[in-house]
Amino acid sequence: MDVMPKWAEVVLVPLISLLLAAILSALVILAIGEDPVAATKLMVEGAVGSVRGWGYTLYYATNFIFTGLAVAVAFHARLFNIGGEGQAMLGGLGVALALLFIPWPHWTIGLIAASLGAAVFGAFWAFIPAYLQAKRGSHIVITTIMFNFIASALLIYLLNEFLKPVGQADPSSARFAPHLDLPTLNSVLNGMGIKASKDDSVNVTFLIALASAFAVWVLMWRTRLGYEIRAFGHSESAAKYAGINPVRITVITMLISGGLAGLMGVNTVMGESEKLLLNSTEGAGFIGIAVALMGRSHPVGVVIAAILFGFLYQGGAELALWTSIPRELIVVIQALVILFTGALDNMVRMPLERMFLAARLRRAPGPERKPVEPAK
Amino acid sequence: MDYTTLIQLLDSTVRFATPLLLACLAGLFSERAGIFDIGLEGKMLAAAFFTAAVASLTGSAWIGLLGGIGASLVLAGIHGVASITFRGNQLISGVAINALAAGMTVLIAQDWFRQGGRTPPLAGNARFEGITLPGAQAMADVPLIGPLYAELISGHSVLVYIAFLAVPLTWWVLFRTRFGLRLRAVGENPAAVDTAGVSVVGLRYAAVMICGVLCGIAGAYLSTALQAGFVKDMSAGRGFIALAALIFAKWRPWYALWATLLFGLFGALETRPDVIQAVIGLKVPGPLLGGLPYIMTVVILAGFVGKAIPPRAGGDPYVKER
Repeated sequence: MDVMPKWAEVVLVPLISLLLAAILSALVILAIGEDPVAATKLMVEGAVGSVRGWGYTLYYATNFIFTGLAVAVAFHARLFNIGGEGQAMLGGLGVALALLFIPWPHWTIGLIAASLGAAVFGAFWAFIPAYLQAKRGSHIVITTIMFNFIASALLIYLLNEFLKPVGQADPSSARFAPHLDLPTLNSVLNGMGIKASKDDSVNVTFLIALASAFAVWVLMWRTRLGYEIRAFGHSESAAKYAGINPVRITVITMLISGGLAGLMGVNTVMGESEKLLLNSTEGAGFIGIAVALMGRSHPVGVVIAAILFGFLYQGGAELALWTSIPRELIVVIQALVILFTGALDNMVRMPLERMFLAARLRRAPGPERKPVEPAK
Repeated sequence: MDYTTLIQLLDSTVRFATPLLLACLAGLFSERAGIFDIGLEGKMLAAAFFTAAVASLTGSAWIGLLGGIGASLVLAGIHGVASITFRGNQLISGVAINALAAGMTVLIAQDWFRQGGRTPPLAGNARFEGITLPGAQAMADVPLIGPLYAELISGHSVLVYIAFLAVPLTWWVLFRTRFGLRLRAVGENPAAVDTAGVSVVGLRYAAVMICGVLCGIAGAYLSTALQAGFVKDMSAGRGFIALAALIFAKWRPWYALWATLLFGLFGALETRPDVIQAVIGLKVPGPLLGGLPYIMTVVILAGFVGKAIPPRAGGDPYVKER
């Protein structure tokens, strides 16, 4: 029997971890001579105080939903996919290749093609580490780290040698056709006559991200494959006895994970920059780890955590704009969240478990204290 | 390619290889004791910053080095608490440490120096300058051996010599002392070490702390010898190349030397595309060379060229049977 009730496991533990991270972050802000309360106010205003702020908050959240889901799906099979960054880079490449060379008539068809390109390229980049782990026993964490660097080298090479238009110094691809621009929240609001800003921030990809989260939930808890993935994650040997093929599960899980990470490219490359840039992922692959840990690998948790990180990202950008606090503050907060919800999970859990155990013992007295019924 | 170019190339190979070698040996101690460490990168970065910062404030590179090692030890301590005491996931802890270092260095640099996340440029005693070995001047004109001694062997900073001396020292500690035997045993079969009455926790903390010291020296080399001052993200993935070298070296000290020298050569060649073109007559794109260490590591890991078998208890927290 579990020591803690389910609500404590799902809500209390992450909340306390988050609180610890928040307290430490506030101390960091204090230590560099700024006011944490004023900083928080500024972040809230910048991130959710205007349509423009919301646009960017949800734009970043879209990225983090994809990378968070990618890490979460792999976690269920007890695989640590640290290669979301590389897979998202390749996803962006897939988007660019799909949109640069085929003249799609309309953005809807372009979006389908771009999504397919992104997912296939991302999945391919996860396939090799998955295959090597399943067949050759090479540690997936190390191979996916290596593949992040290989992806970045590959992207530099391709952008400089092939995709860069002739005569351009900047290593980026040509701009996609203007009619392939995705509808954004701002363009929709402007179309309805509501005045919004002209930024290309949150776009229709956000809906794809939400749909993906739902699809992951269906996959994990309503299909046989999802059951097999979770069973494999709980106990590899038990799964084997149940007739589950470990190679197949490892490869399929990583394909799904890589595909999800790759889809992030649709948001950044097609939705925002409208061309392939060198560093369009901006570390979102690593934030996915924090998001998945905080969301306890559940799609609902991932979406909530992703929006929180979107808020932090946009708020942090505003903070860097108006105060002398650099944007790296967000990286520190991200690190603390990973530390407390991931690595130091037991530090939070152990005292809580002891507390619940003590409370339960007090409520239900042990058998020796019950009056003995005389036999009749 | 003439002799002078070759010497120059090897000289910059040594410069590139030094931080990799130190970080690789750091990882060697930690992983041999059963603690995976993907936080080498973060510890190096933190040490690079604190060495440069303390050196610029005190004017002494040696005091700076102490500061750098201290910062690296703090991060190593966090890794130890998370992965040994609280039996957390060592990989996740490493990711957190890398992010913590990447963020904190810029944050503190901005607060202390207000120069956009960098330290002021270092000069004089605040840097580890190259030292001329005895007789280098006199030898310089001797053909063949002269330039080899004067240019390649002499003229590096003291940290380079420390790094190269650390190789035999590591070998000796790990394979010729009782501490080393126990350290290796704790990475293979901690239960056996525990049964023998030796503290698993103590040994693992010792390994993690040695790792911290070596990462600290590696980071100090980056900001006070290779370059003059700290800039944002200056470790630039070297911690991961060191990790790759560690696997390439199959967790052995002497192999680690050759692996890091090889990866250092790739780094040196990346800056001299003209040399490659002259030697093999092909234009090799720079990014390909940059990606080569990673590709080679994946091939090695896949077991196509020799099998790399990690310490058996690597990554597992040790739980005493109750």
